[in-house]
Amino acid sequence: MLAFPLYLCFASALGLLLWRRTASRLPHWITLATCGLGLLLTVTAVIQRTPGAEVVTLVRLPWIPTWGAEFHLAADGLSASLLVLTGIASVGGVLFSWNVQDRPGEFFSLYLTLIGAVYGVFLSWDLLLFFVFYELAIIPKYLLIARWGSTRRDYAAMKLALYSFLGSAAVLVGIVALYATSGLNTLDLSALARHSFPPSTQAWAFPVLFAGFAILAGLWPLHTWAPTGHVAAPTAASMLLAGVIMKLGAYGCLRIALPLLPEGARESRFVFGVLAVAGIVWGALVALRQRDFKFVIGYSSVSHMGFVILGLAMATPLALSGAVLQMISHGIIAGLLFAVVGRMVYDRTHTRDLEELGAHRLGKTLPFAAVTFVLAGFASMGVPGFSGFIAELQILLGTWPVSGRLVAVAGFGILLGAAYVLRAVHLGFFRGDDSPPLEALAPPAPITVPEVLGSGLLLVSTVGLGLFPGFVLDWIQPALAGPFFDGLRRVMVP
Amino acid sequence: MNGPLHLDLLRQLLPEAVLVVSALAVLLLDLRVFGRRALSERMANSGTCAAVGLLASWGVLGMGAVPVETLAGAFRPLPGTQFLKGVLLLLSLATVVFAMPGRFTRHAGEFFALLLIATAGMMLLIGTDNLLMLFVALELVSLTLYVLTALHEERPGATEAALKYFLFGGIAAALTLFGMSLLYGLTGSVQLSVIGSRLAALPREPLLWIALVMTLSGLAFKIAVAPFHLWAPDVYQGAPTPAAALVASGSKVAGFVLLLRVLHVGFGANTAGSAGRIPWSPGWIPWIAVLSTLSMVAGNLTALRQTDLRRLLAYSAIAQGGYGLLGLMDPRPESGAAVLYFAVTYAITALGAFGVVAAMEAAGEEPTLPGLAGLGRRSPVLAACLSVFVLSMAGIPPLAGFFGKFFVFVRAISSEPQSGRLWILSVAVGTSAVALYYYLQIVRHALLLPAATPAPALRVAPLTLFALLLLAGATLVLGFLPGLLLNPLQ
Repeated sequence: MLAFPLYLCFASALGLLLWRRTASRLPHWITLATCGLGLLLTVTAVIQRTPGAEVVTLVRLPWIPTWGAEFHLAADGLSASLLVLTGIASVGGVLFSWNVQDRPGEFFSLYLTLIGAVYGVFLSWDLLLFFVFYELAIIPKYLLIARWGSTRRDYAAMKLALYSFLGSAAVLVGIVALYATSGLNTLDLSALARHSFPPSTQAWAFPVLFAGFAILAGLWPLHTWAPTGHVAAPTAASMLLAGVIMKLGAYGCLRIALPLLPEGARESRFVFGVLAVAGIVWGALVALRQRDFKFVIGYSSVSHMGFVILGLAMATPLALSGAVLQMISHGIIAGLLFAVVGRMVYDRTHTRDLEELGAHRLGKTLPFAAVTFVLAGFASMGVPGFSGFIAELQILLGTWPVSGRLVAVAGFGILLGAAYVLRAVHLGFFRGDDSPPLEALAPPAPITVPEVLGSGLLLVSTVGLGLFPGFVLDWIQPALAGPFFDGLRRVMVP
Repeated sequence: MNGPLHLDLLRQLLPEAVLVVSALAVLLLDLRVFGRRALSERMANSGTCAAVGLLASWGVLGMGAVPVETLAGAFRPLPGTQFLKGVLLLLSLATVVFAMPGRFTRHAGEFFALLLIATAGMMLLIGTDNLLMLFVALELVSLTLYVLTALHEERPGATEAALKYFLFGGIAAALTLFGMSLLYGLTGSVQLSVIGSRLAALPREPLLWIALVMTLSGLAFKIAVAPFHLWAPDVYQGAPTPAAALVASGSKVAGFVLLLRVLHVGFGANTAGSAGRIPWSPGWIPWIAVLSTLSMVAGNLTALRQTDLRRLLAYSAIAQGGYGLLGLMDPRPESGAAVLYFAVTYAITALGAFGVVAAMEAAGEEPTLPGLAGLGRRSPVLAACLSVFVLSMAGIPPLAGFFGKFFVFVRAISSEPQSGRLWILSVAVGTSAVALYYYLQIVRHALLLPAATPAPALRVAPLTLFALLLLAGATLVLGFLPGLLLNPLQ
């Protein structure tokens, strides 16, 4: 049942592409039904059978027998938790793009292709299949931004596509090398994880693979595609980009680079740790200086993904579990923040300039947006009770045994995070209260039902995850303690 | 030689013979029967005759061939050769379909007859084990392609391109012949399989390397890899578009089959040498590595600046030739299927892209990047097909081009221990990231940008549209199921 959302997304995408009636809301409903059903199926599947260490094979068919490639879909607790995230983020994305009028058939077709590719990545247990889904996501992203985007969309879309492709090019080098040097003529992930690659191979293959994946996760200094891409993208696309696409890169590190090449991971853990911390601080500092509301969120994503990369680079069990939790937490929070800025605020005021927004007195005229943003901002700052807190805490605790200095700098990044969120809240929503009212500005359109539902879904998820992290940690931690990560645990033991 | 042998020979060469007879028939019919009618009708009629000839040849191809041991292996197919001949026939068939709506020449009969003869030449080329036959077939293909290039009557560049093609081609042929004569002198045989076994026993001397380099350089010209690529942009731009399509598709496939046989059967693993990081030893592999690297870099970087679609495709073809060469760097027999999968899927996409260009030209449009703007509205099918073709060339999964690249990349590094060829893999993957830029430019112009001035829907011949859809479908299906093509090629 876990694999159905994948097929469902691609089937609906194809249907919407072939049958396009622009005038109706039908594409919206079809997409909502597809994403909703996907979420429902995923949740049902994980409730029926609590995922954990066991790798459950869903489908396994021969694909290219001479090359050992199989159509192999499987899931463990890690995949399952990220599949649930994908379901939530995709439903949220549809609800916040209910106002798309421009060729909705094609818009949602690309949207569903993107989500299908994400499901595919999280489910693939074959290296080649994984890469096919991983790279399949690039073209829909490009088209969504270049066709439906805003600020400098041509530039941003091309930049995003080229950076993604550069990253996946490095990944391809790594995959080809793993396949060729293993000599097993298999692309099965479990088999490759059992094989121990010679240290000389690991020493160069790990950095190549890890960096290639991490480019998509916003690794400093190759993160610059992310803010421009997020800003230019239409709301649903920025929600997905920050919410799940950046996680694909992190998931690749976790699923392929670390367990297959553990010794390489130990060799270069400090280098990537430093880069991750640089991203945390740099992203936060830049976010503190932005005038464009969306750029603030865009750079905050770089900063928060820095925590994920830090956790992955350290690769201690606690840090890894924190990294996965942070992926889920940030996926929800970033989606929410982009929804408020892109859909609730920008679509109504047509400005994202924090200097100009003050005049709109959004705190008064759009109280729902203000409240949602404040709550999401708290979650983003890492206030206890929200999901961000427990995730970042785990990462820092997991980093401590490796390097106290990295923890100190990353902790400084958390402080900066509080600063830019508060600044954005102040400038964006509440500064207008002491400026003279501008009568000329028409009151913004009221908040619509889909927006309320979408915000509700995402808020409940982040609060629920913050209050009951054990619910998801019970899937993540057994998976990280499972046989698939044996090699990694053996090497990383201090 | 006696009677039964001749019969065997005829049966062996029946597909080629059918093609030559149809070529003559097309010439005769155009001269005597269609001659007084309007040009569009003559193109359609001659094209139909040529298509019938190709189909008939494809039909008799299926009857199966018995290898004939005669004329020193002049006609010795390898496993998979029959299948590849079928592929060549289908590629030519699509070329004929794309040519039918064109109005680029008054010599309708001659155009299609030459196209058929070129196809026959390619089929002979990939089925021979004998250097003499190989050279004759090579020249048959080359000469017909020179003339086809010059057949465009309106483009001023056509004659210049043909002359350039001819002069470069002449030098390349001379190089090949020189190399072959040295090979014959060294081994005393004109059969590639015999040459292979005798070369293994020869001492490594400079003469041998000269022979290898000369032969390879001449063949490199055929598939337009740098630094032997200078003719390609002019030919792709100046030639009638269907002729350019044939150069880019069928001729490319034949060139790769030929290279595969010459390198792996003729030269063999013993003269391969190595292009690894530390042990760089002489042989044909280092030379292939140099050609490949130059093509990938020069082709992709030059393509970035092109606005003419045909010229852009030419530089992209040069780069793709470089990728194809990567697969040849593994002298083990398994690599054959990888290289041929790459070559065939590339040929399908290149043919499709030229088909779209031909359709635009037939509708009176200039095939430039800005001219593509608005295509998504004016002809959604054309725009979608073009996007599929160029994204496949860019190597985006699940399209066939991605698997082609993956297979040759694996082959490029797998025969060397300690991943010594990582450098060339890095070049290949890095340049393919560069290439995505110009491929995406095509997609962007075709699908996203609106037309500069409101333009009516584009009228495309239904048969052309059908052929394009088939090619795009093949690109998709071969991506989902690469085994369909890999298995017959094993």
